[in-house]
Parts: sequence; structure tokens; C-alpha cells
Amino acid sequence: MIRSAEPTQSEMAELRARLTAEADDAGLLDVAYRTLDTPVGELLLAATPAGLVRVAYDIEGRDAVLIALAAKVSPRILSAPGRLDDTARQLDEYFAGRRQQFDLPLDLSLSAGFRRIVLTYLPTIEYGHTASYQAVAAGVHNPKAVRAVGTACATNPLPIVIPCHRVIRTDGALGAYLGGPDTKRRLLDLEAAA
Amino acid sequence: MKEPFEAIVSRHGATVLRVCRAVVGVVDADDAWSETFLSALEAYPRLPEDANVEAWLVTIAHRKAIDITRRSARRPVPIAEPAAQRAQTLDHHRDIDLARSLAALPDKQRFAVVYHHIAGLPYADIAEIIGGTADAARRAAADGIANLRKGLVR
Repeated sequence: MIRSAEPTQSEMAELRARLTAEADDAGLLDVAYRTLDTPVGELLLAATPAGLVRVAYDIEGRDAVLIALAAKVSPRILSAPGRLDDTARQLDEYFAGRRQQFDLPLDLSLSAGFRRIVLTYLPTIEYGHTASYQAVAAGVHNPKAVRAVGTACATNPLPIVIPCHRVIRTDGALGAYLGGPDTKRRLLDLEAAA
Repeated sequence: MKEPFEAIVSRHGATVLRVCRAVVGVVDADDAWSETFLSALEAYPRLPEDANVEAWLVTIAHRKAIDITRRSARRPVPIAEPAAQRAQTLDHHRDIDLARSLAALPDKQRFAVVYHHIAGLPYADIAEIIGGTADAARRAAADGIANLRKGLVR
């Protein structure tokens, strides 16, 4: 191998930033992503031109989440923090107890059918309140679909922003959570304290 | 399973920049790199999953390099000037000597040397990129290396 003008890290970073900007201008940035440090761990945030498409907890595995996005949305995926500035800011405010509702365009294309109906319903559960899986099933006019509501919550592509953590069991137990039960407790405590 | 394009940039970005610098020079290399990856991003969803990504990227970079060389021919820019300004260490001086010698090689030899010794592609892949046979690509690379040695020793 011969050496020739070895690229430095800062030169590569500059070129990658330029690529992201040019891809965005050319309409080729199908999925932009960034990570965000929060009290419940590092979150992966991903957006399409339509809106926020994915919020993922650390335990889901960043690479696995990005590979799934490549398969289900588009492989034209680049790290592009700028497109997620607003999302990051609103999440920071939420964790600081200064925001009760998210005001963001959402892309629900990863969710279809009954699951999507459930996700669309969840924001009606107010900040600081909870609802049972049964109540949510009744709320979407399908009172027998309690298990399906559970599945919809477990596969929520936009946790925190779509508040599936506010759905708990009828007996008051927290129930499962895709970010882990401790995270669910933490989010509910945060909302109760604010 | 297709990887996110970000992973492609991470894995191959530096190699493609080395290739661009060696083929078009440091001044035009940033444009060549950017045009290469923007084209690659556009075409990426259609790339077969079993494709050799590095050979694919070098093929695109090769076409961009030829475009840029043609454009530069119409607006001559001295390659050595900005590179000389960056030079601070002896290592850099050697890089510049190498860059000058590479630039002085006949196109076919320069392409063959860079695609084999910097990109690490086999001669069969190089033949597909620059035309001709694998043996011809091997000879061009060998001649190129011999010419570089003469140039660097002198």
C-alpha cells in the first residue's frame, strides 16, 4: 500500500457535513438521525421529511434500529442532527418538567391498522394521568381488543412522544414497557412531580 | 439486509478520499468525494445486496474524477500550491512529492496504481473500471510503480 495525503478526522467530518447538507438539498435524505442523552439513557431519534418516525431506547440497539429503518423506510440514512434539533429541544424540555405536550410532525408509517389507531388515541391520555389497557380498548371502540392494545403499545415506534407509558394494567400494576419497567416508572414519576 | 448509508460512508469514506486525492489532486479531491457520495446515495437503494461496495464506489469516483479533470483542463489550477501551503512536516513533503509524481503518470498507470494500491481492488475489478483486460491493468500498475520509483529517487 502507498500512502498519499492521509485524511484527518476533521477533514472527514467536514466532508460528511457537506454531504448531509447536499443530500438534504437534493431531496435524498430519506431518514435523518441523531442521538440524545436523557435521564432514561441515550435515545436514537430518526425523522423522514414527513416527520419524526422513530424514537428508540438504548436497549433496542442502535445498529439494529437503523438496519430496520433501512429495510422498512429507506436505506438513504445519514446522521443529520440539524433536522432533529426541534425534537431534541422538546424532549429536553419534557425531561426538565417544562413540557407536557409535544408539538412535532409525526410520521406513523411504521405502524398500520389497529396499532396505528391505538397510537393516534394515546395522546388523549393527559400528561400526569394514566389509563388501563382496557380503557384504551374501549376508547378506540374495540373493548375486547385489550391484548392488541398491549401489542400496539409494545411496538410503539415513537415512545415518550406518543405516551404509551401512560397505559397501565387495570389492577394498577405498571405492565410491560419497551424501555424497561424502570423507565416506565421514571416517566410516570416525572409527570406526577411536575 | 441493506446497511444504512451512514455505515457505508463510515467504512469507505476515508479510502475514497485517498483515491480522489491521488487521482485528481488535493485541490479537487473534496469535490470529487462529495459528488461521488451524493451519486452513490441516490443510486444506493438499487444496488444489489451482494455487490462489492468498495468497487462500486471507486467506479463512481473514477467517473467523477474524469469529469473533474475535464473541467479543470478548462480552468488550469496549479496542483502544488495549496498542498505546499499545508506542508509542515517532512512526511508532508514526501506526500507532495508522491502527489506530483502520481499526477505526472499517464492516466491509465495512475488509475491502475491508485485503484490497486490505495483502494485495494483486484485487477479484474480495475479492468472493468478503466477498460481492457486484468493483465493489462496489472501491467499498467507495475509500470506506474516503476515510474513512481524513478520519480521519487530522482
